[in-house]
Amino acid sequence: MNPELGDLEELYQEVILDHSRRPRNFGELADAAVRVHGDNPACGDEIHLGVKFDGDGGLQEIKFTGHGCAISQASASLMTTKLKGKSRDEVEEMLRAFHDLVTTETNNDAPKKLGDLLVMRGVRKFPQRVKCAMLPWRAVGQALRQSEGEATVSTEEPEFA
Amino acid sequence: MGARPVEGLIVDHKSCGCRSSRLRIKWREPGLGADYLMHKVATSRVDWSALRADFPILRERVNGHPLIYFDNAATSQKPRAVLDVVRSYYEHENANVHRGLHALSARATEHYEKSRQRVADFIGAASADEIVFTRGTTESINLVAQAWGGKFLRAGDVILLTEMEHHSNLVPWQLLSERIGAQLRFVPVRDDGTLALEKLSSLLTPEVKMLAFTHVSNSLGTINPVVDLCQKARAVGAVTLVDAAQSIGHMPLNVQELGCDFLAFSGHKMCAPTGIGVLYGRSEIVESVPPWHGGGEMIVSVTLEKSSFKKPPHRFEAGTPNIAGAIGLAAAIDYIEGIGRAEIFQHDVDLAGYALKRMAELPGLRVLGPERDRGGVISFVMDAAHPHDLTTFADQYGLALRGGHHCNQPLMRRFGVPGTSRASFYFYNTREEIDRMIEILEKTARFFK
Ligand SMILES: Cc1ncc(COP(=O)(O)O)c(C=O)c1O
Repeated sequence: MNPELGDLEELYQEVILDHSRRPRNFGELADAAVRVHGDNPACGDEIHLGVKFDGDGGLQEIKFTGHGCAISQASASLMTTKLKGKSRDEVEEMLRAFHDLVTTETNNDAPKKLGDLLVMRGVRKFPQRVKCAMLPWRAVGQALRQSEGEATVSTEEPEFA
Repeated sequence: MGARPVEGLIVDHKSCGCRSSRLRIKWREPGLGADYLMHKVATSRVDWSALRADFPILRERVNGHPLIYFDNAATSQKPRAVLDVVRSYYEHENANVHRGLHALSARATEHYEKSRQRVADFIGAASADEIVFTRGTTESINLVAQAWGGKFLRAGDVILLTEMEHHSNLVPWQLLSERIGAQLRFVPVRDDGTLALEKLSSLLTPEVKMLAFTHVSNSLGTINPVVDLCQKARAVGAVTLVDAAQSIGHMPLNVQELGCDFLAFSGHKMCAPTGIGVLYGRSEIVESVPPWHGGGEMIVSVTLEKSSFKKPPHRFEAGTPNIAGAIGLAAAIDYIEGIGRAEIFQHDVDLAGYALKRMAELPGLRVLGPERDRGGVISFVMDAAHPHDLTTFADQYGLALRGGHHCNQPLMRRFGVPGTSRASFYFYNTREEIDRMIEILEKTARFFK
């Protein structure tokens, strides 16, 4: 660790830079049940999320396209890897835990279930970048809410509870 | 300074309308956008680094590093002279204006109205009655759009803007045109960041009732040929509004020589406090503009059914104004004139030229906007790093840049970028700070590569 970089190095961990350069699950999901477009008008970042559900409403397939900063791209990439195959309840729980991770001092239980997503915790020290990290999560939250069709979410809209 | 065209050469000051005899002026081919003029003055007269001592905030450290403040297009820092005047006002003069019969109210009123005269002199207005105090550029433009536009524009009229307008010179016109059924038209921006003036003759038709445009672009640094644009607008009977937010504190400027009808600016970008700004309105036009906000101060007499209104500028200043702000603005004007606006402009141009030269050394970095003849605002994109990441990274080294769309979303779309990073200079910035920025940009590229 380069001591000069400090918080920066915690924000931009190698894993994050790697995911932003080579995002996983990047591409169109041809037979998606829901497509959600997420905008961050403050910086022009965009993410287009495609989701397919299994018989019980769990996340069977999830892919994204779009462009944006390293944080929003890595967050989307990490999120899709983590959420694929998860049940609806698990996704909702993860969403809340991730939101806490990037906005508050970590509580003690949240971290474990987040697993790989813990690399995103450096965002907490950069309040202006929380929107970037949350953009793909807002999109997936919206996808759960509607189960089919298209929707748009924006970081300028009020946060979910 | 001769302000007459001579034998096809434009010899008036096309962009700033200044008439300072200290300036030696050169000009270029008229009509193509580059026909504004550059000041040539000896800036060695000014001890630029000594001026830094007047700004307490420049001694701040940010994230363990000395602050390098390159976000001056968003807002400038404030010299002690301005802070002291505001404080002294509250300690010795504070009272409401135009209301009290007591001594303090008289003092406050006198100081407030003197500040209006100071602004009038600063921009070359014919009279202090042409100076309306507002909250800033945005409010000034909304006042014109709603009060002037609401009365004089009709369905089918055209409002001509440019593709490089700040949202504050776009959204108020959108709101108005939706309400009354007017149409918006835009002067396109060329790839080099200048206005496509060759399109003007087809755009500036007799249906155009208002031409509103920025003097200096807050993203590209482009300096638009104001005198020329205003002349052409007047020829078709259109009223003109100049958004001087980015030029007012940076170059000599004289509304009568510019030939505009309205001019809007904010104090906070020229060393004054936030929350104070100005709308200049040429008296022949502004006298026929109806009130905008209603309330105290702006009336002559009021019955339960109806009121009669004061003349401008007080007609447009409903309620208790930002008295300390106006006084602070006058102090900022004194401060800036103490340095010299031509000198400040030359310093901006020097810094921008130096920064552009150094930035050209960085591989994978692209600057938007004109290559030359521009103000001290530089927008750029770097292949290796998104503007957001770059700005966060730079901030960790104490370098304050702005990243994003700079309230210019249509312009960003025009250039096919989601946003840019922007460095914008003022007279207290130095070449050493630019050198430091280059080092930080090199580090950024290495880190994100
Ligand atoms: C060109 C231009 N116009 C208008 C504005 C709006 O100024 P304010 O926010 O002070 O009203 C700005 C600054 O943000 C600007 O740069």
